[in-house]
Amino acid sequence: MSIQVILAQALLGLNVGVFYAMLSLGLAVIFGLLNIINFAHGAMYMLGAFIALIGYSFLEKWLGVSIQIGFWASLVIVPLLVGLLGVLIERFLLRRLYELDHIYGLLLTFGITLILQGLFSNYFNVSGTPYPGQPESLSGVVNLGFMYFPTYRLFAIVVSLIVCFATWFFIEHTKLGSRLRAGVENPDLTQAFGLNVPLMVTLTFAFGAGLAGLAGVLAAPIYSVSPLMGADLIIVVFAVVVIGGMGSIMGAILSGLALGLIEGLTKVFYPPAASTVIFFLMVLVLLFRPAGLFGKEK
Amino acid sequence: MTNRILFMLMLIGGLTAPLFAYPVFVMDLLCFALFACAFNLLLGYAGLLSFGHAAFFGGAAYITGYVTKEWGFSPLLGILAGTGFTLVLGGIFGFLAIRRQGIYFAMVTLALAQIVYFLALQMPFTGGENGLQGIPRGELFGFIDLNHSLTMYYFVFTIFLIGFGIIYRTIHSPFGEVLQAIRENESRALSLGYDVERFKLLAFVISATLAGLAGATKAIVFQFAALTNAHWQTSGEVILMTLVGGLGTVFGPVVGAITVGALSHELSAFGSWVQVILGTIFVVCVMVFRRGIVGEVLRLVNRKKD
Amino acid sequence: MFKHWKQGLVSAVATASLALPLLASAEGLSDDKVKIGVLSDMSGVYKSLEGPGAVVAAKMAIEDFGGEVMGKAIEVISADHQNKPDIGASTAREWIDTKGVDMITALDNSSVGLSVQGLAKDKKIITMNTGAGSTALTEEQCSPYGIHYVYDTHALPVGTATAMVKNGGKKWFFITADYAFGHSLRDNTGDVVKSMGGEVVGNVNAPLSTNDFSSYLLQAQSSGADVIGLANAGQDTVNAIKQANQFRIVQSGQKLAGMLVFITDVHSMGLEIAQGLQFTTAFVWNQNEETKAWSDRFNKIHGAMPTMVQAGVYSAVTNYLKAVKEAGTDETEAVRAKLGEMTLNDMFVKGGKIAPNGSMLHDMYLVEAKKPSESESEWDLLRVISKIPADQAYISMEESKCSLVN
Repeated sequence: MSIQVILAQALLGLNVGVFYAMLSLGLAVIFGLLNIINFAHGAMYMLGAFIALIGYSFLEKWLGVSIQIGFWASLVIVPLLVGLLGVLIERFLLRRLYELDHIYGLLLTFGITLILQGLFSNYFNVSGTPYPGQPESLSGVVNLGFMYFPTYRLFAIVVSLIVCFATWFFIEHTKLGSRLRAGVENPDLTQAFGLNVPLMVTLTFAFGAGLAGLAGVLAAPIYSVSPLMGADLIIVVFAVVVIGGMGSIMGAILSGLALGLIEGLTKVFYPPAASTVIFFLMVLVLLFRPAGLFGKEK
Repeated sequence: MTNRILFMLMLIGGLTAPLFAYPVFVMDLLCFALFACAFNLLLGYAGLLSFGHAAFFGGAAYITGYVTKEWGFSPLLGILAGTGFTLVLGGIFGFLAIRRQGIYFAMVTLALAQIVYFLALQMPFTGGENGLQGIPRGELFGFIDLNHSLTMYYFVFTIFLIGFGIIYRTIHSPFGEVLQAIRENESRALSLGYDVERFKLLAFVISATLAGLAGATKAIVFQFAALTNAHWQTSGEVILMTLVGGLGTVFGPVVGAITVGALSHELSAFGSWVQVILGTIFVVCVMVFRRGIVGEVLRLVNRKKD
Repeated sequence: MFKHWKQGLVSAVATASLALPLLASAEGLSDDKVKIGVLSDMSGVYKSLEGPGAVVAAKMAIEDFGGEVMGKAIEVISADHQNKPDIGASTAREWIDTKGVDMITALDNSSVGLSVQGLAKDKKIITMNTGAGSTALTEEQCSPYGIHYVYDTHALPVGTATAMVKNGGKKWFFITADYAFGHSLRDNTGDVVKSMGGEVVGNVNAPLSTNDFSSYLLQAQSSGADVIGLANAGQDTVNAIKQANQFRIVQSGQKLAGMLVFITDVHSMGLEIAQGLQFTTAFVWNQNEETKAWSDRFNKIHGAMPTMVQAGVYSAVTNYLKAVKEAGTDETEAVRAKLGEMTLNDMFVKGGKIAPNGSMLHDMYLVEAKKPSESESEWDLLRVISKIPADQAYISMEESKCSLVN
């Protein structure tokens, strides 16, 4: 087993890991404030990829006017649109369920997942449609010495890492972030201090959704855009979340990255286990540290 | 009283169904109805949301299929083998999952079920994507030919009734009462001296075993064990059935399974719109119809009595 | 889950008779019509190579046949098997039990093909598989009523692998679609490579409908193989070839061998990427005036040129109807016997014969994707290099492992 192979697969693993990290980060932010597991998080990732694809390839055909939304524009517009959907879901649906068992929030978002998946399965091939809008400037290849690595994939890794750590910095080290954390710790008290907690909740949900949408745009040029792309991912991300625990933002990011790497390396040493290794790690964590690696015992 | 009427209706409906409907389709409904009842025992009566019940439904199908096809087990023995397998599997899952509560419990069961799915995909004996094909229906007690679709139907209906009976007895036993006490208020049950974890685990195992019984029977009916049954979407469907019919009601899951099954069947020409419709029903149920069909009916009946 | 159920109520009488095999009278047609079922992947990885196009082809065949046989109507029904063998089998079961389907075709995806053929064997219904590749259909699991019409995994490597080994591609690494078809194609190709003095240095199984082949491709790259054999099909092949291009696999000196490539794949990759790719096919749409005329008609309805399996559906349905007409009944045994006697000649096949194991023996072609500069129109993509005669392409009856042959 040459070192080149290990490095190459590790880099590909990191490539997957940044998507795990972005999604589990979004889940953790939402969970922190709302105590809800957003099953539709995967569907929002899928939605992000589809909006980018439609904006690039189909809008012109559908509307009959000459319009095309390029990759860079998508990178900004798509998270906003997906975030807006998040606002609608939180305001009109989730909000009515806060009094009930949290299980209902999970079931509601599962229903939303089915709706979104079904809608896109009607119009698009379930095995994926390629996203042709990858910018020319990123279409090359970087020679890393041990392998040729597509420039775009490196770009996706770097952007995702920046977004993850910026989110962490914002929440842990800014004034607004500290208010958010106060809202998590004690909503009533925070409200008493004159902060608009319901608005904060809405915006947080929208932010988490937007993050998933952004991940979708970044993923579109790498993987084909498919109605099921989020469903396959979200279950792994659930396991990532159980392993990391919901204790900290950094925990979500680090466990996402680490598990992507581990999955990548498993492909080198024992490929058949690559799809299950994360779930087995989850079992181990449950046995020895039920609250997760970064989680706090409640 | 209401229960007795409903039971008679179910019995008559079940006995006469093959006269007016395609028997294989009704058998499919029966398997799902039993599956939903088993699931309801856990969510409706113990308050535990498992998102991984497809692992039992699908897992039992593989075991039953394998032992009848490769080892020549009789169908009854095959079904027992598959069910026995899920008894053990349920024990393992339960042991791991009840360490976490609420939504964590749901995520853990989902992730565990995903392991079973990938094992089913990769282990040689399951046939991977090909599935386990050509499972013989064989003969019951060595002389009743199950290839005859009416015989097969009444065999399946009998299994359904047995499974349903076990669940009914469990719910109405002291054990069932304790479960509901735990669901209502876990810390109170704990302070009353109940070993909450053991009760939960036992409920999980019973539920898993009966879900396995349903899956094992389905394998014999369709002569097939396939990945679809073990997929998480099947776990989602059984939740929907239970929710539509009425969570925590004895007959709700049966009504739910028939409703959802018949609906998907009638709408199948619309392709993926079925999924959109099911998703919408899910949302509607969660938002405004949390009692489900049977739950609403019972509420109306009870109000009249008052 | 219940998606595959197509039909609601059946009369009590019909139900009682379900238990018995549906026997047609020796003369005439059962339930007064001939019903053809097109069971295909309508939404997934193989949609573009068979899918809705197969329904178009079947309808064209019926239209060209005059819309009726022996004065009775011919009907087509279709459904999506979603690449799931259980859904395929239960759809077929209901078609046979309650809809009186007489023949089932398309059946792309070998897992589905095998499960439906197995069921149809019990139910005594003819299947004419145009889409699946596994030789198990006519070998280990052959059926007296199962016909394998367009290609199989024995025919594919004969031309392609032989040509590649001759050009110096001795060491092979396979990326295999992880189900019946991929395994069969990998094994058959491996046999050809070994018989030519080459060797197989490694293999990795990728799930059906994989989006990201990068880690498999890197394994193949580090194996030191000369040739990376793609034992997959449809969108999987397209994705693998495109990503190999992204990671500069070919530029680094390895060759890609698409063991099963369809014209729609070449079209969706574009000649810039596909040029020089050699593969085996049963049909080239612009081979002669006859194929051209039919394909143009097909293109007008469907919006894409026909793949070999779509053209195969047209031919299979046409010849099935001919056999029904000549036999004077749609009774399975009689029609199958007639199909075995006929010599098949139409725009798709010349001098084809259906062997006792169900394999339709016909010539195949080794083709190459043109350079972008050589292509004169959107669909002018392939050049025929050589013809592979039927007796080389298909397993001979002497070698056949099918229990019906010896």
